[in-house]
Amino acid sequence: MRLKTFSRGGVHPPENKLSAGMAIRELPPPELVIIPVSQHLGSPAKVLVERGDEVIVGQLIAESTGFISTNIHASVSGKVLKVDRFPDSTGYRNMAVQIQVEGDRWSEDIDRSDDVVPNTVLGQEDIRKKILEAGVVGLGGATFPSHVKLMVPKGKTAEYLLINGVECEPYLTADHMLMMERSEEIVAGIKLLMRGLGVEKAILGIENNKPDAIGKMKKLTDGTPIRVQGLKVKYPQGGEKQLVHALLKREVPSGGLPIDVGVVVFNVGTANAVYEAVMKSRPLIDRVVTVTGKSLEKPSNFQVRIGTPVSYLIEKAGGLPGDTAKVINGGPMMGKALSDLDVPVVKGSSGIVVIRDEEASRKEVKPCIRCTRCVGVCPMGLEPYLLMTLSEKKLFERMETEKVMDCMECGSCSFTCPSARPLLDYIRLGKAEVGKIMRSRKAV
Amino acid sequence: MSHIILITVVTLVAIGTAAAIILYFVAQKFKVFEDPRIDLVEEVLPAANCGGCGFAGCRNFAEALVKNEQWGDMFCPVGGNDTMAKAAALLGKEAIEQAPRVAVVRCNGTPEYRPRLNVYNGAPTCAIVHSLYMGESGCPYGCLGEGDCVVVCDFDAIHMNPETGLPEVVDDKCTACGACVNACPRNIIELRKKNKKDRKIFVSCINEEKGAVAKKNCSVACIGCSKCFKVCPYEAITMENNLAFIDSDKCKLCRKCVPECPTGSILELNFPPKKTEITENADAETK
Repeated sequence: MRLKTFSRGGVHPPENKLSAGMAIRELPPPELVIIPVSQHLGSPAKVLVERGDEVIVGQLIAESTGFISTNIHASVSGKVLKVDRFPDSTGYRNMAVQIQVEGDRWSEDIDRSDDVVPNTVLGQEDIRKKILEAGVVGLGGATFPSHVKLMVPKGKTAEYLLINGVECEPYLTADHMLMMERSEEIVAGIKLLMRGLGVEKAILGIENNKPDAIGKMKKLTDGTPIRVQGLKVKYPQGGEKQLVHALLKREVPSGGLPIDVGVVVFNVGTANAVYEAVMKSRPLIDRVVTVTGKSLEKPSNFQVRIGTPVSYLIEKAGGLPGDTAKVINGGPMMGKALSDLDVPVVKGSSGIVVIRDEEASRKEVKPCIRCTRCVGVCPMGLEPYLLMTLSEKKLFERMETEKVMDCMECGSCSFTCPSARPLLDYIRLGKAEVGKIMRSRKAV
Repeated sequence: MSHIILITVVTLVAIGTAAAIILYFVAQKFKVFEDPRIDLVEEVLPAANCGGCGFAGCRNFAEALVKNEQWGDMFCPVGGNDTMAKAAALLGKEAIEQAPRVAVVRCNGTPEYRPRLNVYNGAPTCAIVHSLYMGESGCPYGCLGEGDCVVVCDFDAIHMNPETGLPEVVDDKCTACGACVNACPRNIIELRKKNKKDRKIFVSCINEEKGAVAKKNCSVACIGCSKCFKVCPYEAITMENNLAFIDSDKCKLCRKCVPECPTGSILELNFPPKKTEITENADAETK
């Protein structure tokens, strides 16, 4: 039988899952953490603490400021050193809270035992409220506040809950190890999400390069309404719309959301965080981050507190190798290179990839030979070569009619281009400009 | 044989005549009136089609000049006052004189002053670098050096200096069309009043960060100390967001602010060297 996958486009980059099988190691808090107030999609949270305040683990330090926004909690205990603008992963300065770590005192509300509470009697409203209180966001990378996703807009119905255990990015293994080690918690989290959403059916999609995870999750979900589905290895299967197509053969309309076809998608990491938030009252204060790279001494999966500097993680993985040319925040396909290693791990950081000299440099850019390979691999059915040219010529209105906003920046086009053209770089610029045009039109 | 030729000629002449008559009446019926003065005004304009006036091109601007009674802010920066006066004379209208302007790059962050901390090797345009991250140096306000301003200049008036990594404006060629001002994603380039002998005094920095942070990343950054603001006798200097700004319309080029600046971020260009303190640079220039 042929394995399920999405039908349009896609590539298969070398997997390089070096840290697969490395057990998740919990790192002790570092000496200093920097916790940005804008770690999620939507409006930044409002800071509640001042310089000199004592905080404990799990204390609310910045609160949600709107419908699409969420809470931020202290991930360590200690003293607030500064509430100021600190460089984020792009190097631009944004509001953040810097905390000097003292001891490791936790809020008493948090249940820190390892017992898994499989079921709950909580209602939809309570589940949503607890998720917002705990500041849970989508941990797959887009960091969309999870409680908002659980509110199905009027006139639409949710039929399926899809759980994304695909982890299609090369190198990254955080979700894989999470499924191996927190499988019971994840199953409990999926049940909570089903309750919160009011759906009867859930499917957990896992790519076939993780047979151990598929086996384990299948065993645990036996006899529940949760189905585990193995998928053919293909990038970008972890994209929301691709996963919906792979599992249900439903196509999300252009400009629409999965809810338009009756589906809501969450990441396995999010399911785990939702479980912790609802059943253990544990806010999102840490996450699993893969730290990997070919010349790194110990590629690892770490459970780290939010706000830990990236340099600390690399130190714990054996230190920065001498032949390092680039350190990428996120996976190698969609992540961005860091310009400063002291930036903090945030809710959306799934991996830190240390890239060697020979792999890092871009090839010489040559003219487009109109081979249309980029068109063939685009999972959204766009024409990347055309979009790049339009962006170069600043024809942004035309880009809008060519549906540039459907681009999810997976980078398959740049990956496959034989002329090494920076397709995604220009498309991303075009998206930003088209976004501006659309917003100004809305404002009028 | 000969009558075939005759029939052909006669038929063609008849069809031609009929078509000409129809076309004449159609042309009369659908005639588009165009003010002949538009052509005359267009002749006067520089035909650079640079868009510096804010219109799509010279013809578009000529139409607007003919149509509007009051010209207000409408001005051709390329042609300057001469062109506007000629157009006004043609149309019997009044041109409002504007002081000529010139583009000025408000960043002096050469690698020497502003060390480069990382290497960018992506698509070579400032717009992409700016949207991606803070750039190769630690200053999130400074010039990115990929030369978007050079690409858009229609007059060959701005060039990258490979040594400093910064663009340089050729004052004689610059028409103040503003293309580079719009192209710069960091808004570093400003149009300033053109002074005699191209003399300029301006704060060559737009960094709004606190002094210590700004100075850490670039030794010639404006640190917002307000010393220049206090010394200026003409109220030409304003302080906003830790940044000094010299209004070129109010500045009288007295140069009192220049020695006050502790970081040397106020530049004075094209001045003759002061008699009392001839610096080495100025000395070299005069030779």
